[in-house]
Amino acid sequence: MEDKKEMKLPEGVIQQFDEYCKKRNLTGKEKEKKLDFLTKLIETMKYEPGEAVGVIAAQSISEPATQMTMRSYTLASQSDRMSKVTQGLPRLIEIFDTRKTFEKTMMIYLLDKYNSKEGASKIASMIQNANVLNLVDNDSINLVTMQIELTFSNKSDRDMVKEVLTKYIKNSVISLKDDKVIIKPDDDGIENLRKVLKKVLAYHVSGVKDIHSVIVIKDGEDWVIQTSGSNLKGVLELDGVDVERTYCNDPHQVAEVLGIEAARNLIINESKKTLGEQGLEIDSRHLVILADIMTVNGLPRAIGRYGVSGQKNSVLARANFEETKKHLVNATFLGEKDMLRSVVENIMIGQVAPFGTGLVDLSVDMDKLKENLKK
Amino acid sequence: MIESINFGFLSPKMIKEMAAVKIDKPELYDPDGYPIDGGLADLHLGVIDPGLRCRVCAGAIGQCLGHFGYLELTKPVVHPLYGKHIFMMLKSTCSKCGKILSDKVDASNHMSLTLAYKTTKAKCSACGEKQKTLKFQKPTSYREGHEELTSEEVRRRLEMITDDDAKLLGIKGGRPEWYVLTILPVPPVTVRPSITLETGSRSEDDLTHKLVDVVRINERLRKNLELGAPEFIIRDIWELLQYHVSTLMDNEISTLPPARHRSGRSLKTIVQRLGKKEGRFRSNLTGKRVNFSSRAVISPDPKLSINEVGIPFYVAKDLTIPIGVTKNNLDELKKLVLNGSDVHPGANYVVRSDGVKKKITEENKEDIIKELTGGYVIERHLQDGDIALFNRQPSLHRMSIMAHRIKVLEGKTFRMNLCVTVPYNADFDGDEMNLHIPQTEEAQTEAEMLMLVEKHIRSPRYGLPIISCKDDHITGCYLLTKKDSKFSKREATELLMAVDMHDKIDEIKGTVTGKELFSLLLPKDFNIKFKSATCIGCSKCEKEGCPYDSYVVIENGVLKKGIIDENSLGEMKGKIIDKLDTLYDSSVVRKFFDSVALLAIEILTRKGFSISIDDMDIDPQHLKKIESIKDKYFERSQETLAAFAKGKIPLIPGMSKEETLETMMQEIGSGIINETGTIVRNNIPFNSAVIMARTGAKGSFVNLSQIISAVGQESLEGKRIHRGYNDRTLSHFKINDLGLAASGFVRSGYKKGLRPIEFFFDAMNSRENLMDKSLHTRHSGYMERRLVNAMQDLHVDNDMTVRDGSGNIVQFRVAEDGFNPMKVHSGKLDVEWLLG
Repeated sequence: MEDKKEMKLPEGVIQQFDEYCKKRNLTGKEKEKKLDFLTKLIETMKYEPGEAVGVIAAQSISEPATQMTMRSYTLASQSDRMSKVTQGLPRLIEIFDTRKTFEKTMMIYLLDKYNSKEGASKIASMIQNANVLNLVDNDSINLVTMQIELTFSNKSDRDMVKEVLTKYIKNSVISLKDDKVIIKPDDDGIENLRKVLKKVLAYHVSGVKDIHSVIVIKDGEDWVIQTSGSNLKGVLELDGVDVERTYCNDPHQVAEVLGIEAARNLIINESKKTLGEQGLEIDSRHLVILADIMTVNGLPRAIGRYGVSGQKNSVLARANFEETKKHLVNATFLGEKDMLRSVVENIMIGQVAPFGTGLVDLSVDMDKLKENLKK
Repeated sequence: MIESINFGFLSPKMIKEMAAVKIDKPELYDPDGYPIDGGLADLHLGVIDPGLRCRVCAGAIGQCLGHFGYLELTKPVVHPLYGKHIFMMLKSTCSKCGKILSDKVDASNHMSLTLAYKTTKAKCSACGEKQKTLKFQKPTSYREGHEELTSEEVRRRLEMITDDDAKLLGIKGGRPEWYVLTILPVPPVTVRPSITLETGSRSEDDLTHKLVDVVRINERLRKNLELGAPEFIIRDIWELLQYHVSTLMDNEISTLPPARHRSGRSLKTIVQRLGKKEGRFRSNLTGKRVNFSSRAVISPDPKLSINEVGIPFYVAKDLTIPIGVTKNNLDELKKLVLNGSDVHPGANYVVRSDGVKKKITEENKEDIIKELTGGYVIERHLQDGDIALFNRQPSLHRMSIMAHRIKVLEGKTFRMNLCVTVPYNADFDGDEMNLHIPQTEEAQTEAEMLMLVEKHIRSPRYGLPIISCKDDHITGCYLLTKKDSKFSKREATELLMAVDMHDKIDEIKGTVTGKELFSLLLPKDFNIKFKSATCIGCSKCEKEGCPYDSYVVIENGVLKKGIIDENSLGEMKGKIIDKLDTLYDSSVVRKFFDSVALLAIEILTRKGFSISIDDMDIDPQHLKKIESIKDKYFERSQETLAAFAKGKIPLIPGMSKEETLETMMQEIGSGIINETGTIVRNNIPFNSAVIMARTGAKGSFVNLSQIISAVGQESLEGKRIHRGYNDRTLSHFKINDLGLAASGFVRSGYKKGLRPIEFFFDAMNSRENLMDKSLHTRHSGYMERRLVNAMQDLHVDNDMTVRDGSGNIVQFRVAEDGFNPMKVHSGKLDVEWLLG
């Protein structure tokens, strides 16, 4: 009997209860009485079948969103962290849209041996993506000699660029002169020169692709590299990066590299953080439901007509949301069937939806009824 | 009960069979104004004129829903909405024998038409025919090589696709060739009613206009064919017919010019009727207008219970509830009928057992009373205690619609308790709210058991009270429970009488403290301990021994120590409310709310509570100090600027020179606010304004220091004020002045008054905030719509899994732990808190 009761309570609660009793020296009957009371109380706190958790979650998330500021960058970023990440409502919408392009950032944690200012700076300089365009001081086409001249202030940059260019550019002579790299293509018509220059400037020289800028900051005990732009796969492949703690805010990359469960956690954390920055409180259970519906299919999908809402089984539910024409036309062509199992369809035809009190039905036990009538 | 709905495409045969009449005349009425047989207003199509009867079913207006007609198209026409589908079918089947060209398609494929379309082979494997390239020109024409396929040819090719192949391609809504129309259903006139104008002339519906076009061109094509007109003329007319049929279906096809009304307005045809916010789906099918509802301005009434809503007599006399007549209530209902519809507890209608409804009038009420027996239904006026749903828009919450009990009152507004303004987000500056009366007993009990205000004390959003005390309630409770508040026996009894607690009067023996008085509201076995809002956060908390009386201790229903304030009663904080709601029945909490609110208001009316501008005074010596602090910081800002000009500013990592300066200037600004704020906080005399700020009733110390010392930094577009003139904010400043004053730092307080420039900056800031707010509502509104639409079909199933509408599992256990955040304190299970 005793065991059964304890089974009902979550482990953490039992632990807390034991501590509570220890503190007050409760034993025997008194303890049992309290436990009984607690068990009953906690039983009332559970969800009941039929509860429309989805709508409640949606409302709980969007009701505080009406109080959020539209400002994407706040004044209060004066602290040491100077990252220009979208905030507030626009950021929240960004998360729910699972956009492919937005201001991505990463927090790169490092293994112990690099966990110092010097180590972090070293890795940071390795990570930062640099095209020729980023390194060059001045680029010009010399119309007298018909060649391209790239001027560098930094000698190591110059050498690096030259190395890359000799590797990739064909049909040209590449030479060094003072602080310049000079490219002389075989075809030195002005149009070709312009074309080549454009190509040259876009060449990737060093660092990890898509990482635009890096800052080394101190986060508690750790030296962390904060980046704008992200490339989780590229960064995790580097030496010295702490694979376990490194953080990236792009759900698509996370899903691809670490799996869908990680992406789910990312969605929860990011939306919680965004709401928290504005001082808005919301129970994580709602965000968990949201993240789950966004990730059940194994890939992050957006809230909206191209994601969750557009992939429903019910024709009427889809037609009711957006793109009415498209959904009706396709449904008639494919001969679809609407099983009327969720909310809007039933509202449309004036029936009780199978939710809440509509989830249960009463049926009369005719035999018992007859029996009772006889009495 | 409808179990499912199938979608499909009407076959030509079906269209002909369900039609009541063949339409072939483009005219509507003859010169006498009588509908022409075979015209688009044919009397077989239904009735829209009162007094007439349908030629087909003999039903009158309202009874006859209308009947379809049909129009035989002289030449086939492609259905414009299926242009792409037809193209895909043509391309994925052989042009000679109609077999599927791809070998990837079999029964296991989903979306096999798309697949077949993408994997077509150049040569038919069945007949060896080499396929020519096919091109699709939106919306309805197809080219093979340089030749355009006629609709007849398209239809011929689609006919060749066998039923089995069609099924394999996933075309289950109808035969492929049906999508090239040979016959057009003509919707009944009830779908496109004409309006008779005051002048007597008729104004036809957009759809009728369009149908007239189709019929006219169709007839012209027929005549030309009969006359043997040249090929190019036939082609032209045929193309025109295609255009008219296309715009009849959808007048917003991007490649077609929309058909227009004579006035230039584009016609609203079939697709336009369905989609968008004003379309059939969102506006008529999902959103419905209701009877038994009312809307009025709201006003406060502290004497009402949180569960109640006060409604005016004239509303109560208009809204009714149906009551079945039984033996037991016969006499009572007779009285109501006798009162009639004009005297308040009366009745408006009687429904006889055979379903006939009669209005109760002075003349017939005696007769009605005589015939009243079981089986009759009386629609009686609203009375005290009836259930109503009360709602304020925007309904962002489920707490935006809650059930209240009716209380019929004098006056012309809806009245409510002040504690429920929070969930509705209502105030009384002219707000209006809606009231709905559930009619069936099922609806009434459901509303009462699930939606009553007292069942929604805690918000499901964060698991803390949302129905809570505000403003004066909190000030009142502070005045009641502060250390030195004492009441004589007479005062205490008077208070209890005012609060309607006659039963507790016996407990007053001699002079009582406010704390003892407050304790009378609590259940006898209630225990709780927590810090109050007045806590100043000492480095070492003395807990029970708090010298400022900021630690609340309630033991066995007696308030031993501490001040009752926002932390006990306020929104998202109210610890006492929270715990009462966890441990006791909801009626206990309701009673607590009702009496606390009343008691607090009563205390305030007796003691009086007001603030004046003098409350914002502090000692001149401190004012002087505040000014010197401002000067100090302004000096520092000048130094920083000088260093910046010389380029000697120490850079913050990751920032440019300018960004570093911005950050430093912002820090200097907030330095002023922080330092002067502390002076204000520490030196303001203890007065009403401070009481409100401390207890959390209204306002904060930030507000006070903005009044007394300085308003602070005004911002624009998330930065200090930075724009206006070329390289300066106003013409009063030097070019490129980035100093505090030039960038919108307001160093005056509201009491002393703002200087004109400061005032201007302040207005810039306010205006931006105002615009921001109104621009942003629609964004968050759309986000809510999307979220709700995505998640509306999620529910907890009987096995405690979360499932979507199709029964797919989304979570194996609700919210991972099965606990309802609405019922768990702050979402956490804290044994110490529950039992302590």
